[in-house]
Amino acid sequence: MDVLAQLAHGFEVALAPLNLFLAFAGAFLGTLIGALPGIGPVNGVAILIPIAYALKLPPESALILLAGVYYGAEYGGRISSILLNVPGDAGAVITTLDGYPMAQKGKAGEALALSALSSFIGGTLAVIGLTLFAPYLAEWAIRFGPAEYFALMVFAFTTLASLAGKNPVKALIASVFGLMLATVGIDPGSGVPRFTFGELKLYDGVDFLVVAIGLFAISEVLTLMEHSFLGTATRVKVETALVSLKTFMGSLWTILRSSLIGFFIGVLPGAGASIASAVAYTTEKRLVDREGSFGSGDPRGVAAPEAANNAASGGAMVPMLTLGVPGSGTTAVLLGALMMFNVTPGPLIFEQRPEIVWGLIASMYIGNVMLLVLNLPLVGWFARILTVPRWFLVPAIAALSFIGVYAVNNSAFDLLFMTGIGVVGYLMRKAGFPLAPVILGLVLGRLMEINLRRALAISGGDYTILYASPLSKALWALAILSLFFPWIAGRLGRRR
Amino acid sequence: MKRLWKRGILAAILALFGGAFAFSPGNVECIAPANPGGGWDFTCRTGGKLLYDLGIVPRPVKVTNMPGGGGGVAFAHVVTQRKGDANLLVAASPATTLRLAQGKYGNFTADDVRWLAAIGADFGVIAVRADAPWKTLDDLIADLRKDPTKIAIGGGSAVGGQDHMKVLLLAKAAGIDPGALKYVPFDGGGEALTSMLGGFVQVFPGDASETIGQMQAGKIRILAVLSEKRLGGDFADIPTARELGYDAIWAVWRGFYMPPGVPDDAYAFWVEAMKKLEASPEWAKIRDESGLGPFFKGGADFEAFVKKQVADFKELSRALGLIK
Repeated sequence: MDVLAQLAHGFEVALAPLNLFLAFAGAFLGTLIGALPGIGPVNGVAILIPIAYALKLPPESALILLAGVYYGAEYGGRISSILLNVPGDAGAVITTLDGYPMAQKGKAGEALALSALSSFIGGTLAVIGLTLFAPYLAEWAIRFGPAEYFALMVFAFTTLASLAGKNPVKALIASVFGLMLATVGIDPGSGVPRFTFGELKLYDGVDFLVVAIGLFAISEVLTLMEHSFLGTATRVKVETALVSLKTFMGSLWTILRSSLIGFFIGVLPGAGASIASAVAYTTEKRLVDREGSFGSGDPRGVAAPEAANNAASGGAMVPMLTLGVPGSGTTAVLLGALMMFNVTPGPLIFEQRPEIVWGLIASMYIGNVMLLVLNLPLVGWFARILTVPRWFLVPAIAALSFIGVYAVNNSAFDLLFMTGIGVVGYLMRKAGFPLAPVILGLVLGRLMEINLRRALAISGGDYTILYASPLSKALWALAILSLFFPWIAGRLGRRR
Repeated sequence: MKRLWKRGILAAILALFGGAFAFSPGNVECIAPANPGGGWDFTCRTGGKLLYDLGIVPRPVKVTNMPGGGGGVAFAHVVTQRKGDANLLVAASPATTLRLAQGKYGNFTADDVRWLAAIGADFGVIAVRADAPWKTLDDLIADLRKDPTKIAIGGGSAVGGQDHMKVLLLAKAAGIDPGALKYVPFDGGGEALTSMLGGFVQVFPGDASETIGQMQAGKIRILAVLSEKRLGGDFADIPTARELGYDAIWAVWRGFYMPPGVPDDAYAFWVEAMKKLEASPEWAKIRDESGLGPFFKGGADFEAFVKKQVADFKELSRALGLIK
């Protein structure tokens, strides 16, 4: 009951008119920031920090504003994923897989509405988890060492197999391409640069976002241009109808499961929204995709990643608040902002500054409701983007992508790199290679390698450390189960 | 266009009377050569905010994040493209000098920019878990001497980076073979600290500001700080490594450099500005609350300090086999 009393106090803080307005402003700005390709929550929060200062906001108000931008962006990222096949931010890459085909089939309104609902449920469940279990979850997150992270990444990799579709060899080649990109940069284990060709801009590795935008947005622009040029462009019919109760109920279990997966992965400091959405999507594909409709516009394929990435952004608040350790790039920035407001996050923040923690948590409940109310009526407006004529839409996507990517690192090199990757992506599409495995290979590859090497450095080269703890054993079992799941499911299905 | 005209006329007038008017800052930009959230970002954002609050600059300072190459991308950008820009500050720290010393910024050297000032410093600490068997630094050193491969040291930087250097220095001071230490690199101090709390590594050579939260909560013990004198506040009871007989110092100074070719009057203006900033009670408050200690060097002093540090790091890195 103590928790409820403190939460009530938190609502008192969050419902103050100023804070209510800031939660709204943050959520609204976040949606816009998330919708623009390139500029993601990290940049959005960083841009707003000085503004929060200049307005001389008290720390809890500033945090409410900044957190609003964070989870607002996870809502907004889906919009361009669904409508344009251009992921608005890192967590929304997977949303393109079924979102874009849905929009192409004329179900843009349904996809947008369902994903808004999924985001809402995922986000809200995460806040409930944060309210009730934050300290316990922190203890759980600490139990994840390098060996456990390595096993988790292996598990995530096995789920990749389900993205393979009709041609597993092509999917494999695509993921190896992603893994290769992941090896570029300074090797943290030895301090030696790899595949950088002496180019300083490659020392930190290949930027995930630059690859994602290039691979999806630029190749999409090239494909659209080709269709326009050949006259094979098809007009997409646009229905702005919201989601039917039947479709929503059909996705409900998917949303709930994905929220849980997203939340737990979000709590881990070493994994984020992109991994959460990928694992949720592939898990759902395994569990519920009997007709093989995932990847060609299945509503559940939109619901899963959106529930997961919003749940992950709530989950990432757990290590930030309880351990003072960021669970994602954006929480790292929020952490920096907190410290600038003279608040030291860590085990004592719940006792020392309850108004900040509970005000923030309460504002997340309110912010999620606001986002839903804000997003549902706008679905029709967003969907009309599809009626914009090609001659305007294609250059606009290209321009937005270039501006977005440039804004992140202020680097012209990134623009060239993005364009190069875009051409590669276009050729891959033409040759029938799936694009998502490249992204997952890039994200997972780095974490997998670095954690394997950390684990072996700790054990002095002894491989038994990789499956020594009960937690890592469980993760290995999951990985094996996931690898043989199609085979097991097939056997069971036949017997029935 | 009209505004451009006005600016042109203004610039012409200023140029005519250039000798009479000292430099006055315009639209000041601060480059943080990393993503938001880290130390350089902090330097730019707090430094920039204070410059404006104290009325030293007329408009809020624009912070640009330019990550890449551990600061190398920004360094190259400043040297090659921003020559003479007197309204540009760039955040720097020993990570900058360390990489310059190890040749990680390509062919650029510390002589390529104008070093402005350091306005404060974080200090290295040696932290262990509260339930660790080592009560003092001597205990830890004794065990490391017995068998360095038994103790995993997890830091927030790559091999050869700052957190690694701290333990290498300490080992050197204690007469332990630095090459025998088991160093495990993590993505930032936060991850390394979490790993120590989880018991995966035993020692965390972090910074004071990173450890203050967990120390207050009683989860970790700080065996020593790597500063010349004891730190204040919560750290007042913790001995320095030097007190204990190990001459290892790691001051993570927070400062700025400027592009090459900045006119002397502008440089002098900025040195004065930094002096004023450093002496302000506002900075003292932020500094103490973010776990930094006082540390000021400006102008020629700072130039000399940086060049000596780069030379020292070069020698040390060579001695430790990190560079040839």
